Amino acid sequence: MEKKDIIQSFKDSLFTGLIALALFGPIVGLRTASKGEGLFITTQWGLVFLLVGLCILGRFLINLNSARKTEITFFSKLTSKFSAITEDKAKHFAITAILFAAVFPFLPFTDRYFMDVAIMILTYIMLGWGLNIVVGLAGLLDLGYVAFYAVGAYSYALIATTFGWSFWICLPLAGLFAAFFGILLGFPVLRLRGDYLAIVTLGFGEIIRIILINWYEVTNGPDGITGIPRPSFFGLPFKRSPDEGETSFHLFFNLEYSTMHRIIFLYYLILVLALITNYFTLKIRKLPVGRAWEALREDEIACKSLGVNPTNTKLTAFAIGAMFGGFAGSFFATRQAFISPESFTFIESAIIVAIVVLGGMGSQTGVVLASIFLIGITEMFRDLEQYRMIAFGGAMVLIMVFKPKGILANRKPTILMHGDKK
Amino acid sequence: MLKISNVETFYGKIQALRSVDLDVNDGEIVSLIGSNGAGKSTLLMTISGVNKAKRGNIVFNGKSIENQAPHKIVDMGICQVPEGRRIFSRLTVEENLRLGAHANEKGKYFENDIKEVYDLFPVLSDRKTQRGGTLSGGEQQMLAIGRALMSKPKVLLLDEPSLGIAPKLVNQIFVSIKNINKEKNVTIFLVEQNAKKALELADRAYVLVNGKVTIKGPGQELLKNKDIQAAYLEGGSKN
Repeated sequence: MEKKDIIQSFKDSLFTGLIALALFGPIVGLRTASKGEGLFITTQWGLVFLLVGLCILGRFLINLNSARKTEITFFSKLTSKFSAITEDKAKHFAITAILFAAVFPFLPFTDRYFMDVAIMILTYIMLGWGLNIVVGLAGLLDLGYVAFYAVGAYSYALIATTFGWSFWICLPLAGLFAAFFGILLGFPVLRLRGDYLAIVTLGFGEIIRIILINWYEVTNGPDGITGIPRPSFFGLPFKRSPDEGETSFHLFFNLEYSTMHRIIFLYYLILVLALITNYFTLKIRKLPVGRAWEALREDEIACKSLGVNPTNTKLTAFAIGAMFGGFAGSFFATRQAFISPESFTFIESAIIVAIVVLGGMGSQTGVVLASIFLIGITEMFRDLEQYRMIAFGGAMVLIMVFKPKGILANRKPTILMHGDKK
Repeated sequence: MLKISNVETFYGKIQALRSVDLDVNDGEIVSLIGSNGAGKSTLLMTISGVNKAKRGNIVFNGKSIENQAPHKIVDMGICQVPEGRRIFSRLTVEENLRLGAHANEKGKYFENDIKEVYDLFPVLSDRKTQRGGTLSGGEQQMLAIGRALMSKPKVLLLDEPSLGIAPKLVNQIFVSIKNINKEKNVTIFLVEQNAKKALELADRAYVLVNGKVTIKGPGQELLKNKDIQAAYLEGGSKN
């Protein structure tokens, strides 16, 4: 490495430091504290300099690493470890992960908090897999995916509270409603591509949320819907003292009553729903319609010349992606027992898109890793309160630096020849 | 079998085709030559329904097909190999071929059709699990032709199969085109800038200038035509 390069990267690092100072100065450096009668500004420059120093050092190390491309450095070792997670190994990872997920509720260290986080991560995994059909396979960038999540949640809540039907009847209905909305969104955007499509879908997400706020007679507006029925274990409710003529879960199985029963049931419910989403996606990729999605992502004109009907292909992608979003929404509604438009803001769409993109577009295992990484990190740093989003942003930056195409960027072919397996 | 009469196509206000009359008979190889921007690709796109004709008729086997949806036209038996090959680069060779038979992938003859394409282009068989984007230009062209053949077309529309391909492979591809015509009995409508090759291959040929057909006749005759020699053969194309 030449002296010139070192000076160059040193300058670059200092410049990074300046930007970091400009950002962290006001955000971290100045704090308002209430003393007696009023707010006073306190400063914490020490922390600012620590953060700025870290940025300079980090930038300098990255520069050093990119300057000596041939030498094995700390960073390239780290990245090669990451790239070792290919789709081949991903299969082993998938089996291990499913086994781990299956026994997770009964591990000794698992408590209520861990279960809640796990349920949340699984919900995002399911949403990520659902969106992966639209974004990863069909290549239609949908920034309003949360709309289908909301439609699913509200359909479930409204049907369940109005008619009192069970979860297992409402779930497919909510999925159907969401799929219908998927087609509704699909029609006007058939001719749009790329950025334009992204803008319209973003608008669609907001329209749904604003309708939910303003259509007071049906959705109860910003107050949301309360008292959504909890799911029952095939007709056995999770209640301490069941109603007249009912048997509750713990009585039927002769167990001590515990609120964990319901949590564990919810956990398995979302695990199964997510795995169904995954199984469905893996299967449909091997069918003509799945292959047509991928072809459409690659080249629309070639598709037309080969007799693929782009209208139907796009609409099925929107409908099926939306349907899984709707299922996840129903689950969300039954888990929370309360929903309001607050839960379906643009940031949710952004997180789901981030999970799909950072996971590596179209990679199923990538979605899992990205969900654990992004949701897990924001949860782990919950104690840091307002710095939580910095951790979230940091996680995204780390993935983009080391794996610019996503954690698992390789597309696995749908057809493997016999005897051709490497 | 394919009869085009008075077809006019526009891009917005710009007219690309001016009253084009052209016909292709069963079993023929018909070439269409012309310079850049003459409207050759537009004509193909209009036949396959990707572009819409503002005026005129396109009749295929007695049925009027102008302004039908592209996938319906493919179902009727007209398949286009688009300009620049347009391979699905992240999909494997075999997946590309399967997409060619999108309409009837589960069809009775499917496995046999794939085998026929591999017989025609053995190199594709060696590379079936490779991603389309990793093939050379010539191999991609073979894949594009093979992919189109998977839909069992009666007429194959070829748009500049020699574009950006090594000269050695160009010869090979033109031999394959002849084989497809003779052995598989597929009618060929070929659009080319490489006028010499296209005319040598063709039973009949047309010359398109500024969206209008100016000269037509048997391929060999056009090769000897003074005007064509001056405009398209000498210096214009190097092969």
